[in-house]
Amino acid sequence: MATALTLTHLGSLMGGVRSVDEVGAGERAAALAKRSIKKSSKLWALDLAIRCMDLTTLEGADTPGKVAAMCAKAVRPMAGDPTIPSVAAVCVYPLRIADCVEHLRGTTVRIASVATAFPSGQSFTSIKVAETEQAVRAGAHEIDMVIDRGAFLAGDYQRVYNEIVAVKEACGDAHLKVILETGELGTYDAIRRASILAMAAGADFIKTSTGKVQPAATLPVSLVMMEAIRDFVRETGRPVGFKAAGGIRTAKQAISYLVVTYETLGADWMAPERLRLGASTLLNDVLMQIDKERTGAYQSGDYFTID
Amino acid sequence: MAITKRESAALAKRAAEGGGVFEYAPAPESIDHIKIQPRYGLFIGGRMVDGHSKKHFPTINPATEKKLAEVVEADEVDVDRAVKAAGKAFDSWAHLAPSRRARYLFRISRLLQERSRELAVVETMDGGKPIKESRDVDIPLSAAHFFYYAGWADKLEWAFPNRKPRPLGVAGQVIPWNFPLLMLAWKIAPALAAGNTVVLKPAETTPLSAMLFAEICMQAELPPGVVNIITGAGKTGSLLVTHPDVKKVAFTGSTEVGKLIQRAIAGTGKRLTLELGGKAANIVFEDAPLDQAVEGIVNGIYFNQGHVCCAGSRLLVQESIAEPLLEKLKRRLSTLRLGDPLDKNTDIGAINSKAQLEKIQGLVESGVEEGAELYQPECLLPERGFWFPPTLFTNVAQSYRIAREEIFGPVLSVLTFRTPNEAVEKANNTPYGLSAGVWTDKGSRILWMAERMRAGVVWANTFNRFDPTSPFGGYKESGFGREGGVHGLLPYVELN
Amino acid sequence: MDVRKTYKLFVNGEFVRSESGRAYRPDGKVNVPRGSRKDMRDAVRAARTAFPGWAARTAMNRGQILYRAAEMLDSRASQFVDLLGGGARARRELDQAVETLVWYAGWTDKLSQVTGTVNPVAGSYFNFTIPEPTGVVAIIAPEEAPLAGLVRRLAPALCGGNVVVALAAESHPLAALTLAEVMATSDVPAGVVNILSGQRKELLPWLASHMDINAIDAAGCTSDEIKAIEESAAGNVKRVIKITEEERSPYLIAAFMEMKTVWHPIGV
Repeated sequence: MATALTLTHLGSLMGGVRSVDEVGAGERAAALAKRSIKKSSKLWALDLAIRCMDLTTLEGADTPGKVAAMCAKAVRPMAGDPTIPSVAAVCVYPLRIADCVEHLRGTTVRIASVATAFPSGQSFTSIKVAETEQAVRAGAHEIDMVIDRGAFLAGDYQRVYNEIVAVKEACGDAHLKVILETGELGTYDAIRRASILAMAAGADFIKTSTGKVQPAATLPVSLVMMEAIRDFVRETGRPVGFKAAGGIRTAKQAISYLVVTYETLGADWMAPERLRLGASTLLNDVLMQIDKERTGAYQSGDYFTID
Repeated sequence: MAITKRESAALAKRAAEGGGVFEYAPAPESIDHIKIQPRYGLFIGGRMVDGHSKKHFPTINPATEKKLAEVVEADEVDVDRAVKAAGKAFDSWAHLAPSRRARYLFRISRLLQERSRELAVVETMDGGKPIKESRDVDIPLSAAHFFYYAGWADKLEWAFPNRKPRPLGVAGQVIPWNFPLLMLAWKIAPALAAGNTVVLKPAETTPLSAMLFAEICMQAELPPGVVNIITGAGKTGSLLVTHPDVKKVAFTGSTEVGKLIQRAIAGTGKRLTLELGGKAANIVFEDAPLDQAVEGIVNGIYFNQGHVCCAGSRLLVQESIAEPLLEKLKRRLSTLRLGDPLDKNTDIGAINSKAQLEKIQGLVESGVEEGAELYQPECLLPERGFWFPPTLFTNVAQSYRIAREEIFGPVLSVLTFRTPNEAVEKANNTPYGLSAGVWTDKGSRILWMAERMRAGVVWANTFNRFDPTSPFGGYKESGFGREGGVHGLLPYVELN
Repeated sequence: MDVRKTYKLFVNGEFVRSESGRAYRPDGKVNVPRGSRKDMRDAVRAARTAFPGWAARTAMNRGQILYRAAEMLDSRASQFVDLLGGGARARRELDQAVETLVWYAGWTDKLSQVTGTVNPVAGSYFNFTIPEPTGVVAIIAPEEAPLAGLVRRLAPALCGGNVVVALAAESHPLAALTLAEVMATSDVPAGVVNILSGQRKELLPWLASHMDINAIDAAGCTSDEIKAIEESAAGNVKRVIKITEEERSPYLIAAFMEMKTVWHPIGV
């Protein structure tokens, strides 16, 4: 509860939530996406992209075997090449946490679990809190919760706020990432408001999407959320991380996110403690691009493991 | 060029050690395919000819101070030849089936697109502007301008109901160095569409894209003499606009020179349009979308090194948000990348010329002397070439020179206001009237402000947007006549 | 014995003597005030002050006021016919002046529909262009047709929302000075129309060089005068309007206008 703010603070923060001009934000993101990142800076960025990656599987069909394979890839993305770092974390459903604990013991890779009636969030707060507590008990270092979009869109900000505070408390030492599901919020204004709300309620990270709703992460949405983080940090002094998730499939996209992060939040956010890219299929493209930079030859998928 | 595993590991190590600084490696646009001739003649009567004048002057790359080529300093005889060639071509061009005129213009537009990379690189080398701007703004807009006016060529009766518009004759056109090819397009496209022929003089520091355009006219097989391009400095321009056979004068440049031209051609019956200087107010209200406003402010004054007549050089910010806005703005300034204009990541290129740099330096010094507070982000300026860091002045009074005179450089003067009425009063308190910016979330206030701005272009919640369909031009001492849109045809037709 | 009328200048809605106290007798009989550069300065100041209010009137309101001026002019037709020398020619000129006012009265609320545009720019922006008055307009009335000639320029200038400082025909100023009475009784706000009489040679240079005049209509001027006007006009980049005297069109109204283009993003 230490990070949750008093209602007086919240009031002043909410009162100060500004609008976002959609066209202007889109143009700024598009301009940043045109940055030309080549050679050494590209390799540096690709390396960082791996270190900030939350390698994800969130399927009904996930099994211990599938998760084991993913964990192996998370620890050692390129077989036989120790210069390629491990990813930041794996991200799974609560029932698969135990599999991760088994396969990641002794590694730097952290375990993130979605919780709180993911992906819709349409359940009882008590269930969400209980799910969070159990996930942490099962070994999750990080909890990716979803906000109650229904309540948010109905204007019941207090309910959304209280729920985040409760889940944060249930997390204990685990880090809390709050998923806004921006694709359901309708406007950048709402996204900005939800960002401020989540941070005020104690989020360690704010995260774009579940990956189950289209559109998921986009550059302008990310820009808007990062700008909200920047303002929140200015107001409170507490740094909050950012996680983009859903739809990031290519190395080029990943680099664009890094550029937007760098030019919006600065060098301090260029680390897994403050930045995550949630993805299920991004890793191989990043590895292929690294090989391309190293060998000069364009790569084939046949040389990279599908896990 | 491959990077070894070891280098890669070193990079990874640097990253892992928390060095979060994202250093963008140089990403220079290739210049291999660019062929610049050592010396250019004049484009008269459909071909490149030697000047009568034996005087030549160099055009340099302001980022390196290296000479790119030499061009002719056209003299009286050259000007006369060019105007005569245009005069000779006028009759048949004016009487050509309008649909044919349209096709030539469409063809030129296409050729500009086909040679876009080459044009962008030359524009950047000759003028110092960042390649991302010449590539994404100057060249595409130039092609679009020709495409737009091409369509008007055979529809002029619909542009001027109840009239039979007729062309004027030979247009003498003098353009500035800040958007060389785009200004050429703004001048030539409507003139030709309406059936006039032209003699155009590009600015002395940026003649090369016009020389490439001459090649394009030849490639397009444009009838000889319809477009003539002569190079030179102020003297040549003066000879052109005062030539007795020139029926129409179009000038874009400083208010000072605009006034000289208006005086010089007084009583001659020549038609005149002037697109002159500006000192635009960019007004930010407390309810504005601040982060986008910051982008708009940056785009407003640092775009093209501030070499923009409609630049938002005066920031009027509501006092209640001055502090957070300035903090955001200063932070944003520190992310601007100044350097090699050919690098695709460069935001701020070279100042166009030594003379312009000295003018900027002089005005900035006056700002400091008059008591304004200077802010410049840490910024390494290259050793060679002409450079000026993005600059911001706070504590500026309306009376300071930096708040009144056009600096034409990357220098922003920040003033504050308390109420909308005060904003209007301060914004309009200038002899200029080219453009204005308004940032607020409130729709009715946008319209209220837009109505009160004595300026030809009002950008609300955006800044420095251009389009061939959108008329552009000033009130008061920013000139008269419009370029772009259907209104841009009017200066080139006779309606009586 | 009749009570004679003292002709006066019309400045800021008031009938005033020239501050110079001078007069001249164009027809050898009637004393007409010989306006000075200071009278002109006062007129420009009055016009500038009146400008925002007049420009902000609704188009319909400006149209009604112009129409009211036509009514008032027509109701004093015989007086004007006399001032114009009587006979069929004078009657024609009066009719023409009335017709001009009526015609432009109907244009106030159509001008922006005919000369404005919505521009289909590339990108997510709404963009429109509308005509706005240029500001203080100086009109040099032609010596021929001293009433209709003046009204042919006064009406379009007012139609678009400009304010006017007019110089009456030097040789026949009485119709113009009497037109001031029409304006004064037509709900034209004070300062919107100012009419001076005097010597062109004396006043033209001051009008042409005045830094607070935005445009000058020189249709009634000789080519030498136009040259001098254009040279001085450069001092503040004045618009010099030389469209022929007979012109009657929205193109003429537009010559007294500035085109303003407004951009706004389209987004949610």
